[in-house]
Amino acid sequence: MAKIDAIVSWKKLNLGAAITEPGSARQFLTGDWRTQRPILNKEECIRCGRCWIYCPEAAYNEDEEGYFICDLNYCKGCGICAQECPVGAITMTLEET
Amino acid sequence: MPKRVGMEVSIGIAEAVKLCDVDVISAYPITPQTHIVEHLSELVANGELDAEFIPVESEHTAISVGAGASATGARVYTATSSQGLALMHEILFIVSSMRLPIVMTVANRALSAPINIWNDHSDIMAERDIGWIQTFAINGQEAYDLTFHAFRVAEDEKVQLPVVVNIDGFTLSHVIEPIELVEKELVDKYLPPRKPILTLHPDNPVTMGPVGIPEVYTEARKQLEVALMDSKEVVVKAWQEFKKIFGREYHPIETYKTKDAELIFVTMGSITETAMLAVDKLREKGEKVGLVYIRLWRPFPHEEFYNAIKKAKILAVLDRAISYGTNSGPVYTEIRSSLFDKKKKPYVQGFVAGLGGRDIPTERFFEMIEIARSAAEKGECPQYIHLDVKED
Repeated sequence: MAKIDAIVSWKKLNLGAAITEPGSARQFLTGDWRTQRPILNKEECIRCGRCWIYCPEAAYNEDEEGYFICDLNYCKGCGICAQECPVGAITMTLEET
Repeated sequence: MPKRVGMEVSIGIAEAVKLCDVDVISAYPITPQTHIVEHLSELVANGELDAEFIPVESEHTAISVGAGASATGARVYTATSSQGLALMHEILFIVSSMRLPIVMTVANRALSAPINIWNDHSDIMAERDIGWIQTFAINGQEAYDLTFHAFRVAEDEKVQLPVVVNIDGFTLSHVIEPIELVEKELVDKYLPPRKPILTLHPDNPVTMGPVGIPEVYTEARKQLEVALMDSKEVVVKAWQEFKKIFGREYHPIETYKTKDAELIFVTMGSITETAMLAVDKLREKGEKVGLVYIRLWRPFPHEEFYNAIKKAKILAVLDRAISYGTNSGPVYTEIRSSLFDKKKKPYVQGFVAGLGGRDIPTERFFEMIEIARSAAEKGECPQYIHLDVKED
């Protein structure tokens, strides 16, 4: 039989495919969807946090120095952060294959 | 003895819903369903029924609100017809896939265009594959009884699926019939409070209806299909239990004078009682005819259907809807597919009649016999015949 690309048997799937474990979306790494990655220029960054606010994947996290760093495990490369950055500190660059 | 009361069937259904102690009724009025929800609205307004009646702005919202309420564990009822059912379309799949045991009465009515408020089965046939359990009532008593049955089956631990009870618009919904009303205590015995398996509650967070990536979606669909197929056993048991408590007997497939019948009519819904009259008249003339009517449409009871018709030589299947662009009505297609692998099977002739409220008199059944017999003799390639259409 050819390989079946499935996570769980239909017999073990929760009723109606419900998810009963909170925060399980974290296990789903969406970073490999990305074709472009955001590059932050810390010299220009004013640490306003707009990238963190606008990121639809909540991929940005604040570091100890107050910079907002993109977690590339989840970043889909949509570029909203670069668009919204008021000082142009984020640029999108093509992912190298 | 329980009392038989003359009442409009729509009012009877609303009274049945009241006895089922529903928590939420979310509905939008549409002819010919209106009297059901109007009466429920009155019952809630005057304090006879302790439920939330949510008068929404469309049927799309009616079923969406119902889904949300059902997800919190509430017992939910709604009703609609025709364009209203069509407007619910995308949410109907979500309700079954999320395994929400909503009960809905559909007062069957034709679909536009041209605009037509009268009865046929084109509304529900367009929603045939929504994954809901679907039953058809032939008279007021059944419309009443099937309402209790629907909640009992829907909420069964093994089922957890929504149910549509189909009643013919006007010919049932607006007709006054004698209905044997049931006692509240007996309903309570038959229908225990709902025990949901998963509910939306802050104490136990659950995500219902999440994204189903390709690695999950197939299994989710398989789960629904198996649940629907397996529900037949519960549907049948719930009717057996119904008989024990209320005394009336129901089966997925019913027969009328089929014992020695060479030709059997197949019907669904209220036209069945006209077909019975036709069978009686034909029997008086010595014709060996009978009738099989389908009460459980989904899941389709293939085995029961075959057992009911296997001795017949000819089946005359009456559809109240057209499945456009092929050679059939939906019931006819179902039956021919069901019988395809059987070595011994009757000749099956399909008919379409009674669209958009066109009357089907007993004479129409006499015509069906002639046509079906002649076709069977010739062994012509089967095609459905549209009976009551003016050609010239």
